Amino acid sequence: MRLIVHNMLSCNIRGVVNKFPLRIEPEKVIVKEVDFNPDFLKHMIAKIDWKALVDGARSMGYPELPDHPPTTLESDESFLRKFHHSLLELNLEEGSLVCPETGRKFSVNKGIPNMLLHEDEV
Amino acid sequence: MSSRIASIRLVSSHREVYEPCDDSFALVDALLADRTNLIEHNPKVCMEIGSGSGYVITSLILLLKNEVPGVHYLATDTNPIAVRVTKETLEAHGVDADVVCADIATGLDKRLAGSVDVIVVNPPYVPTPEYEVGMEGIASAWAGGENGRTVIDKILPVVDLLLSDKGWLYLVTLTSNFPEEICLMMRKKGYASRIVVQRSTEEENLLILKFWRDQDEVSHKEISSPTFLAHFSRSLSLLMEKRWR
Repeated sequence: MRLIVHNMLSCNIRGVVNKFPLRIEPEKVIVKEVDFNPDFLKHMIAKIDWKALVDGARSMGYPELPDHPPTTLESDESFLRKFHHSLLELNLEEGSLVCPETGRKFSVNKGIPNMLLHEDEV
Repeated sequence: MSSRIASIRLVSSHREVYEPCDDSFALVDALLADRTNLIEHNPKVCMEIGSGSGYVITSLILLLKNEVPGVHYLATDTNPIAVRVTKETLEAHGVDADVVCADIATGLDKRLAGSVDVIVVNPPYVPTPEYEVGMEGIASAWAGGENGRTVIDKILPVVDLLLSDKGWLYLVTLTSNFPEEICLMMRKKGYASRIVVQRSTEEENLLILKFWRDQDEVSHKEISSPTFLAHFSRSLSLLMEKRWR
C-alpha cells in the first residue's frame, strides 16, 4: 500500500466521526521505484491531505517531508522528489491501519489493505 | 507480442476467482473501441470496481500507458483472494495499480469522492435468488439477485459519488438486467449513456454501457431522450432476433 492510497482511506464503521487519517503500524516497508512525473505530482498535491502524508511517511521511516509544502512548486525539484518518493515509492507491504477513533485495525497483507467491515460495523 | 491489452497466459488464477470470460472480453473490447476518446479524455484517476482476475484493469493500463502518462489506477474487490490475483496479474504484465480489498469502495468513498475520471465495472449481474448475493468467494463475482440488479443498484450511487465532473463509467450488463431502466435511472442523476458493445453468446446477451455526466442536461432531456430510447429498443430487438434465430 502506497501513501497515495493511505491518503484516500478512512474508517467506514457506522457512526464513527473521527475517521481519517488511519494511523500506520508498519511491520514491513519496501521501496519500489516509480517514474518521476512532475505534472502528475503538481496535479495530485491539491488533493492530498498534507499532514496525513507527512505523518504516514514518518511512520514508515521517512522523515524528510516539510511540515508544509512550499508555495511555489515549479522550481523546487528537490521538494518534488521527496514528495514523489513519499507518495508513490514507499510501500507498506505488511502492517495495519488503525482507526483514530475506535482503534479498529485494518490489516495490510502483501501490500493490500483490507477495508471490509464486520457485519456489526456496517 | 502486442502490449495493447492483457495477455491471457499472464493472467493469474485461483479457483475462488472468476476467470476472464466473454463478459470480460466484451468490456475490454469496449475500452479498445473507445480508446481514442479515452486518450483525449486524459484521465488522472481510473478505477475498476470488482477487479477479479485483474484482466480488465491491466488491459486499461496497457491501453493508455504510452499516450496518457501519470494516471493513478485503483482496483477494488470484495474477495480477499481476488485482490491478490489482481495484483499478481498486474505484476506479471509489469504494470502497477493500487489494489484495495473493499465492498464496492468502502473506506475510499469519503476522500476519493468527485475525483475519479474513469470507472469500469463488470458487476455480478446474473439473476439469482437473493440469498446468494454477498456470499463469499467466487459467488460474489456473479450472484446478482433479482434481475441481476441487487449489486448493480448498490454500485451506481457509489459511482455517482466517486466520478469527477468529467467522469465516465463503463458498465457490463445483460439484457435481462433491464439496462434501459438503468440508463433512465442514471439519466435522472444527470448522465447520458450509450451502448458501446453488444454481444450475444450462447448463454447471455451482453451490453457494455458507457455513462457520462451530461453538461447540458436540459437539452439532453428534450432532444435526445426519445432518440436514445428508440435506439435502445432497436438494439434490444436486434438482440432478441438473434436469440430466436
